[in-house]
Amino acid sequence: MDIQNKGQDKAKTKIWNDPAVRSVFFQVLAVGAVVAFFLYIINNALTNMEQRGITTGFAFLGDQAGFGILQSLIEYDETHSFGRTFFVGLLNTVLVAVLGIILATILGFFIGIGRLSHNWLISKLATTYIETFRNIPLLLQIFFWYFAVLQGLPSPRNSMSIGESVFFNIRGLYLPGPVYEDGFGAVAFAIVVAIGIIIGLVRFERKRQRETGKTFPLFLPSVGILCGLPLIVYFLAGSPMHWDYPVLTGFNFKGGLTIIPELIALLIALTVYTAAFIAEVVRSGIEAIPRGQSEAANALGLSNGQRLRLVIIPQAMRVIIPPMTNQYLNLTKNSSLATAIGYPDLVSVFMGTTLNQTGQAIEIIFMTMAVYLFLSLSTSALMNWYNSRIALVER
Amino acid sequence: MADGTLDAVKKKGFVQCGVSTGLPGFSNPDDKGNWMGLDVDLCRAVAAATLGDASKVKYIPLTAKERFTALQSGEIDLLSRNTTWTLTRDGSLGLNFAGVNYYDGQGFLVSKDLGVKSAKELDGAAVCIQAGTTTELNLADYFREFGMKYQPVVFDTSDQTVKGFEAGRCDVLTSDQSQLYALRIQLSNPDKAMVLPEVISKEPLGPVVRQGDDQWFNIVKWSLFAAITAEELGVSSDNVDKMKSSTNPNVQRLLGAEAGQGKNLGLDDTWAFNIVKQVGNYGEMFERNVGKSSPLGIERGLNALWTKGGLQYAPPIR
Repeated sequence: MDIQNKGQDKAKTKIWNDPAVRSVFFQVLAVGAVVAFFLYIINNALTNMEQRGITTGFAFLGDQAGFGILQSLIEYDETHSFGRTFFVGLLNTVLVAVLGIILATILGFFIGIGRLSHNWLISKLATTYIETFRNIPLLLQIFFWYFAVLQGLPSPRNSMSIGESVFFNIRGLYLPGPVYEDGFGAVAFAIVVAIGIIIGLVRFERKRQRETGKTFPLFLPSVGILCGLPLIVYFLAGSPMHWDYPVLTGFNFKGGLTIIPELIALLIALTVYTAAFIAEVVRSGIEAIPRGQSEAANALGLSNGQRLRLVIIPQAMRVIIPPMTNQYLNLTKNSSLATAIGYPDLVSVFMGTTLNQTGQAIEIIFMTMAVYLFLSLSTSALMNWYNSRIALVER
Repeated sequence: MADGTLDAVKKKGFVQCGVSTGLPGFSNPDDKGNWMGLDVDLCRAVAAATLGDASKVKYIPLTAKERFTALQSGEIDLLSRNTTWTLTRDGSLGLNFAGVNYYDGQGFLVSKDLGVKSAKELDGAAVCIQAGTTTELNLADYFREFGMKYQPVVFDTSDQTVKGFEAGRCDVLTSDQSQLYALRIQLSNPDKAMVLPEVISKEPLGPVVRQGDDQWFNIVKWSLFAAITAEELGVSSDNVDKMKSSTNPNVQRLLGAEAGQGKNLGLDDTWAFNIVKQVGNYGEMFERNVGKSSPLGIERGLNALWTKGGLQYAPPIR
């Protein structure tokens, strides 16, 4: 019936009754309306701002910022520009997001698997963890770690220390920092070479296993190569690196590396909170794999660990990745709560101080929103790429 | 929007006044939830002048970060929130500063057991600051000028800043001196902290209005001037009724006994009388909120009248 009708319709359809034309027409109309709406509100905002004598435009990004920032991954002091404060804030956001995603994934995997454990204690502990941290608002957790836990640490003069080289106090964690000298390039090169050798070794092993069925223990030799080769080069090059130890001078420790307590608190809170959700994602992913897969793996004589690693998890990943992507995006966006405890992230530095010093609310909020949009879209694109890859491999 | 904040206020029946989220002496709710303070009194003075009733104010608590946007967007009619008058703010934000109700300067609060006597000994210190203030800029300038290093620890509200200082996250808390006195009495043990002698900046604090409404700008400006003039002429909330029959022509003009002064502002001739009667003169506001008889106990200093060696000076009302 359909086919018949279609043929008839084509002959006598008026152009405004053609579904293809109509759908294009309405889409153009919708896009046009949206564009017109945005043009209208942008124009409206600009006119109003001009009427009220508010400066507009992005010229302020070149002006000298004039304020200090607690933590900066790139060189920054108060003589740099507002444009620079944008990048300082952005990198601080990316830092906490990337570290948080890595840590939350590791912790979440263990807890998710732990919840499925046959060991009563482990499974109950995992359940308690998940139910506790999933149900407490993140902001409270951040406050808890920062104001209740970290602010109870001793003052710099009474720091906890390990071997007089690592110090932990209310101002942060102080570690010895490496100082590179001439010739360290060779060591860095050796690390790259070692990684190359290991990749080659893995390929060789895979091939051999496919052809002969024999397995070869890879883990220990890999560790040996990764540590050994750079170490040999390091000594051959005459130890081109030394450690800079933190020393208490005046009020605070100087030298070495400092990890500020704001970063620690934010990272712990984000990790602990997101890991609870990831654990649930992992659990549901594993439970989605039919029981028969486990039984088949058992029948092949695989050990518990091998069964999980080679059979269950690779299949579960297909179920896990999409919701996991959501958790990663949430973590990135949640990192903007940093402003509550003074971690200098994008929202705190750029949408906070810079906005207040320049008063250019529209431009700055637009840039900040664009950054989060970009971070979210690129995380999701990366995860989609990974998802499509593992999905194909499994079929 | 361009004209008519006064009309809008009269229609609404109250003044929307942006204040701080809680700073003792300047704008802070008391235990019954009534807003009190020097900045609050300015809101009340404007309400008394425009509506004849000082209680017709709606207070909107704002953080330092929120305040200008709230004013620009019309969420408030008047910003009276210890805000420093600077060129950038005056020139590029579409705002007008309507005078100075408190002459301040930035200082440092340190714990006494630090053993520091001067701000010049603060090299390497961690400094707690409230976000989005001129304070951050002055601090950077000061440390740069003397070749010293510091770690800025920036919090969103003054409450968190104090918490950070008390816990020992930073060695120093920096802010306007008036705020330091206010914050110090909030510490669990105020005697363990002291304000260093250095004042590193000029912080003229005053009310702010939107640009483009000259009538409203004038009303706010002259509400403050009326309170200062009243103190200068010895007119207070206690004697204002009696002073109405004073033979001093300046007093007569101020209190509306001589007609015509209110019309220039678009107000009744009793505008200044209402301010003094309901809120008091500038000296009364100062003493009640931040002066010797208040918990802050701040000296008049720069904020004394020009006739007494201070900077408070109002153009003539005539």
